[in-house]
Amino acid sequence: MSFLPYAVAAWLLLVGLYGVISSRNLLHLILCLSVVQASTYVLLLAIGYRTGAKAPVFADIPPGTHVVDPVVQSLTLTDVVVEATVTALLLALALQAHKRFGTVDPDEIVSLTG
Amino acid sequence: MSRRGRLALFGVAAAGLGVVLVHGLVGLPAFGDFHGRYGLLLAHVAVPERKATDIVNSITYDYRGVDTMGEEFILFASAIGLVIVLRRMRGEHRDERADERADEDRPGRRHDDLPDDRHAQTSVALRVFGLALVGPVLVLGVYFASQGQLTPGGGFQGGVILAAALVLVYLAGRYHAMARLRPVPVVELAEGLGAAGYAAIGVGGLISGSSFLLNFVPQGAMSNLPSGGTIALLSAVVGLEVAGAFTLVFAEFMDQRLLTGGRR
Repeated sequence: MSFLPYAVAAWLLLVGLYGVISSRNLLHLILCLSVVQASTYVLLLAIGYRTGAKAPVFADIPPGTHVVDPVVQSLTLTDVVVEATVTALLLALALQAHKRFGTVDPDEIVSLTG
Repeated sequence: MSRRGRLALFGVAAAGLGVVLVHGLVGLPAFGDFHGRYGLLLAHVAVPERKATDIVNSITYDYRGVDTMGEEFILFASAIGLVIVLRRMRGEHRDERADERADEDRPGRRHDDLPDDRHAQTSVALRVFGLALVGPVLVLGVYFASQGQLTPGGGFQGGVILAAALVLVYLAGRYHAMARLRPVPVVELAEGLGAAGYAAIGVGGLISGSSFLLNFVPQGAMSNLPSGGTIALLSAVVGLEVAGAFTLVFAEFMDQRLLTGGRR
């Protein structure tokens, strides 16, 4: 039972990768990529969890209380916002690809035409 | 390679990856039993050392401030990259009439004039609630960006909420109003100031005689708003940059509606 959170992360990774490989639409591909990124967040937070511990904010609990690991939470926090901007950049590339090739199907976009 | 060939190759590779993943993941400590030394140490020393009660943000902006600087510059580069990718291409021109059509509630315009599906007027409820929420969302964003050292929040979250306030202005109706509220040079200046401000505060640590990104500002008293030294300053600066970046991204996508022509 304690393997379940890690299994969720692994499943998300594999499903997201399958979506990227088998995608017929650039927008769908980009969203599958963000599913893959979400799997890393799940893995990070699952690693840092401590049973019975509190959130690492000492505004209302005395310092020294047992808390979950704050380092992985800090990593995830910055990553989520940065991922959103990188996804925006990818979507802009998809938009320009549509303007240039007339399609968003990755199978039909032939790169390096003259 | 054909699509079926690609999927078959992926099946083989994914099976291999799955085996390696499961093998690695069962070697991890049991869920809930993490003995990370760094986290345990910081949970004990962060509050007395920095007087900031939210140690996640202490780690983000102080103990691991260099990593956050890298992340912030990734965000900055992505926003700039997006502006470059969505630049006006040869042959495209900005259709000023599209500006008018986007502003769909001009008085005196009959609905059967409009050639496309921009008929439907924005519902009154959406417009009223959108406008009514802009003020509270702005306050919420400023609250989040400024209270990072005390409660969960901080610059990244606060900046996104501030950008969301501007999206609400767009939802509430008028593209023109949004265009006036986010003159692009100001937004770009805000974003640049945010990115440069982080590095500048870091250099302040150098100037004060010690290391880059040292927390050189007086720490203040715990649970007060001005506590944590440079944590609050860096959080505010990151909030400025994130708000600028997201507004810029959104504005660029909206401007794409107005571009016509271009080569196929």
